[in-house]
Amino acid sequence: MALHAEAASAALADAGLRADEVDGVLCAYSLAEPHLMLSSVFNEYFGIAPSYSAAVQAGGATACALVMQAAALVRAGICRNVLAVCADNRLTGLGRSGAVAALAEVGHPQFERPYGMSIPAAYALVARRCMFERGVTAEHLAAISVTQRGHARRHPKAQARDPLTMEQALSARMIADPLRLYDCCLVSDGGAALVISAADAAADHTDRAVSILGYGQMNTHEHAFAMPSLTDFGCRQSAAQAFAMAGLTPADIDVAEIYDSFTITLLAELESIGFFPKGEAGPAILDGALELDGVLPCNTHGGLLSYGHSGAAGGMFHIVEAVRQLRGEAEARQVAGAETAFVHGDGGILSAHCSLILGRA
Amino acid sequence: MAAKPVPLVTADTRTFWDACAEGALTFQRCAACGHVQFPPRPFCTACRAAGPGTERSAGLGTIHSFTIVHRAPTAAFKADTPYVLALVDFDEGFRLMVNLRGGPPSDARIGLRVRVLFEPLAGGGALPQVRPLVE
Ligand SMILES: [Zn+2]
Repeated sequence: MALHAEAASAALADAGLRADEVDGVLCAYSLAEPHLMLSSVFNEYFGIAPSYSAAVQAGGATACALVMQAAALVRAGICRNVLAVCADNRLTGLGRSGAVAALAEVGHPQFERPYGMSIPAAYALVARRCMFERGVTAEHLAAISVTQRGHARRHPKAQARDPLTMEQALSARMIADPLRLYDCCLVSDGGAALVISAADAAADHTDRAVSILGYGQMNTHEHAFAMPSLTDFGCRQSAAQAFAMAGLTPADIDVAEIYDSFTITLLAELESIGFFPKGEAGPAILDGALELDGVLPCNTHGGLLSYGHSGAAGGMFHIVEAVRQLRGEAEARQVAGAETAFVHGDGGILSAHCSLILGRA
Repeated sequence: MAAKPVPLVTADTRTFWDACAEGALTFQRCAACGHVQFPPRPFCTACRAAGPGTERSAGLGTIHSFTIVHRAPTAAFKADTPYVLALVDFDEGFRLMVNLRGGPPSDARIGLRVRVLFEPLAGGGALPQVRPLVE
């Protein structure tokens, strides 16, 4: 809970809000510190009594879902200032093996877990099929981890900042063929929080707010064996909703922060969302499309692969980075003139999807 | 060493696991609309009709995708690595996650034709798996 509180305090300070001005609190879940009512646990610990509070569990989609729900609460007039907070101390609380084992529990208790399914194995099933149908190669995937490591090296708080070469990525130990070590996200401690306010409430406190231009969700399945497709995912529909609400298209986006639990997660989502035609994301990434000066600067903080992944907070790191980019506060990794940002989270095995489009206010 | 997880049988799936113990792979087909579904449940997910019928599969299928697992999820699977985890589309129109047996992991490929086999479970019952189909 200390991580939750630290993130919440920082977000409130950034927003220029006192804790007693928060009338809505949304929390996620924690593997290291599980509780049936995590938001109530947080409120008590933080010393606040909001009129609206709930915990949300949608895996990697949770952070985006919190923002979408907060925006809806504000639009409905139920809340003025919603604090959305996520944290987990997976690395020190569970350890790397403990986290892997805990996450494998999401497999179906009858039809997946007895077969030794792991989360990397489930995503490897997606990767293998994308290689078969779309011509995705190991080099395409490695280029993602190398690009994002380059971004992380410009972020002083990133967890993995050692140089990473294509050769290293392509020869790293195999985790679940075809996914190697650097195709998999990190296990981290961390927290992140955001304040989502009514526009006039925000204007009273800060001139650094960004706008939520659009959002959308899609939920197609939960378990790997029930995936309707291994190459096309619900991010297509969630993103389409968000783009329609914002009145924008993928071509209008200046910077993208897209869930990258594995390299294949990002590649598959880039194609499903429509940033690249089918089969073209991999070659484009090899060509530098996701670099800071590329056609779609992506995961500019280093993403879950290199910045860090601490549960639901991992997804929130993407949103925080989008906000920093839109405010022009991303320092060495700033995308010049960033005015629109696309953020996406997915939970499960590409099961639950939530997309956000943010804009410079 | 921790034991491998065994299927946690529910009221919905007892018929399926009882059949596995007898060496039969079963699935459901809706009498109202013909929809094929797996795992079993008391209604059709396509038309919502109650009580889809249980049928016996011929046990033949095709690998839709696979991975070779090198990093086991838990200690219970460590001695098995590297092992093949596959999604198999059975000919009747339902999909199972299984392990590929009966050859080296390098035999696995998308499109490989496979036949079901049943591995005894500690404590009774059997787990459906597949091996390459030799015509
Ligand atoms: Zn039916």
